[in-house]
Amino acid sequence: MNPVRKRRLIITLLILGAVAIATGLSVFALQRNMTYLYSPTEVDAGKAPDGHAFRLGGIVKEGSIHRTPGSLTTDFVITDRFQSIPVQYTGILPDLFRVGQSTITTGKMENGTFVATTVLAKHDETYMPPQVEQAIAKAREEHRIPPGDSPPPPAGEGQGGGKSANSPRPPSGHLPPQAGQGKTSDAAVQQ
Amino acid sequence: MSRSYIPHWIHWLGSPPNFYRFAGAWRPWLMAAALAAGAIGLYGGLVLAPPDYQQGDAYRIIFIHVPSAWMSLAIYAGMAVAGLIALVWRVKLAEVIAMESAPIGAAFTLVTLVTGSLWGKPMWGTWWTWDARLTSELVLLFLYLGVIGLYHAFEDRRRGARAASLLALVGVVNLPIVHYSVQWWNTLHQGSTVDLFGRSSIAPSMLWPLLVMALATHLYYFASILGRARTDLLSLESGKQWVRELVEEQPAQRQGAPT
Amino acid sequence: MMDWLAMGGYAAYVWPAYAVFFAVLAWDWLAPSFRKRKLMRELHGRIAREQTRNTRVPRAEASA
Repeated sequence: MNPVRKRRLIITLLILGAVAIATGLSVFALQRNMTYLYSPTEVDAGKAPDGHAFRLGGIVKEGSIHRTPGSLTTDFVITDRFQSIPVQYTGILPDLFRVGQSTITTGKMENGTFVATTVLAKHDETYMPPQVEQAIAKAREEHRIPPGDSPPPPAGEGQGGGKSANSPRPPSGHLPPQAGQGKTSDAAVQQ
Repeated sequence: MSRSYIPHWIHWLGSPPNFYRFAGAWRPWLMAAALAAGAIGLYGGLVLAPPDYQQGDAYRIIFIHVPSAWMSLAIYAGMAVAGLIALVWRVKLAEVIAMESAPIGAAFTLVTLVTGSLWGKPMWGTWWTWDARLTSELVLLFLYLGVIGLYHAFEDRRRGARAASLLALVGVVNLPIVHYSVQWWNTLHQGSTVDLFGRSSIAPSMLWPLLVMALATHLYYFASILGRARTDLLSLESGKQWVRELVEEQPAQRQGAPT
Repeated sequence: MMDWLAMGGYAAYVWPAYAVFFAVLAWDWLAPSFRKRKLMRELHGRIAREQTRNTRVPRAEASA
């Protein structure tokens, strides 16, 4: 390679290296501010910001969904299998919201209850037809493998539960969706 | 100056009149193949594939959202490589390919964001969230737009191409961030479904249309970049003899069919 | 057929998504064609002007 080109290549690579390092350092330094959500364990440990809104992420605990009749208020519990936080939400819940589903809710702690302004349902990266899912659920029941999720480890300093929050989760027993189900209806509680 | 490490055909292709003819010959076939693959993939995805146990028929957006996302990243990588060659070796064809890849990449990134939003609203419950995956993909769109803008900001297009190529290279750091965002941070967006080397967590009846659509979008990109690069080369080399001969060959048309 | 179009109730999301995909790619395919046509017209024009200049110059020299 001739010296002019070599020089251009080296300068370019140096600039790239500098940018990569700068980005890496910025991301590392901003970890705490970039925290997207807190797990129940972190909230319990006092790591969630006090007094203003934050996101609470976890799984909807079995048997915890209660609707107040005559209103849109729903009470449920978010858990990471180590700690649980009661949540209250008034409004329409997403289609995928149900027991055992990973959920991210935004709001504030008030007297031990998390009062939510938004509730989002998270889904995992598994895609399969209903028949396959039913076969898996049946096989699991036969072999007594407990449904639900492996708990995310309690989060370390400055880094949210990373990989485990996104690891594949076998579906807990529930019926496949019916065709024609409304888009924004309250999801029927199935346990 | 040793040229022995460059294969002969790359050398041949790098010459603008050769590339112009090559691109013109290949482009219709690539587009036909892209359309055929697209038709097969869409039929497989929209008609043949069963509904998802969890998301019902809403998941079918995957057949355009995921291939577009893959293209948004792949085109950026290609643009960065072409940009590096343009910066270091000052090859005209590399400049043209780098600069003309940017709008195609931006188009796929826009499709990714919009189809993702339309998918997120019924499934997650929101059109948007500032988690690491969505935010970094939006940053990717801004990078593409930045490359396009910077290129056109210069009087001298060759200098503009070099400046924009440097920006493209700097932005490469965003590619691993987009890809690994769902592993490194807590995100609303779920983790990767398709694994190049291991087991994918998607049923085969859903996987094959997805892969066919990925092929279709790749073929489309090649068809598109060949067409765009051809035109750009004509413009870049407009004073040259080969362009003059080419233009004289074609009759002057007012409303001619686009080539 | 109607069931298929309804996309399990999610038609309002699925079909606009596909429409955006096709619309954006159609733009990407067609926009360069317009540019090429414009470019060819300009180049034709430039060559025609140069040819007129070439045929005029000898006459000017003859009368000078």
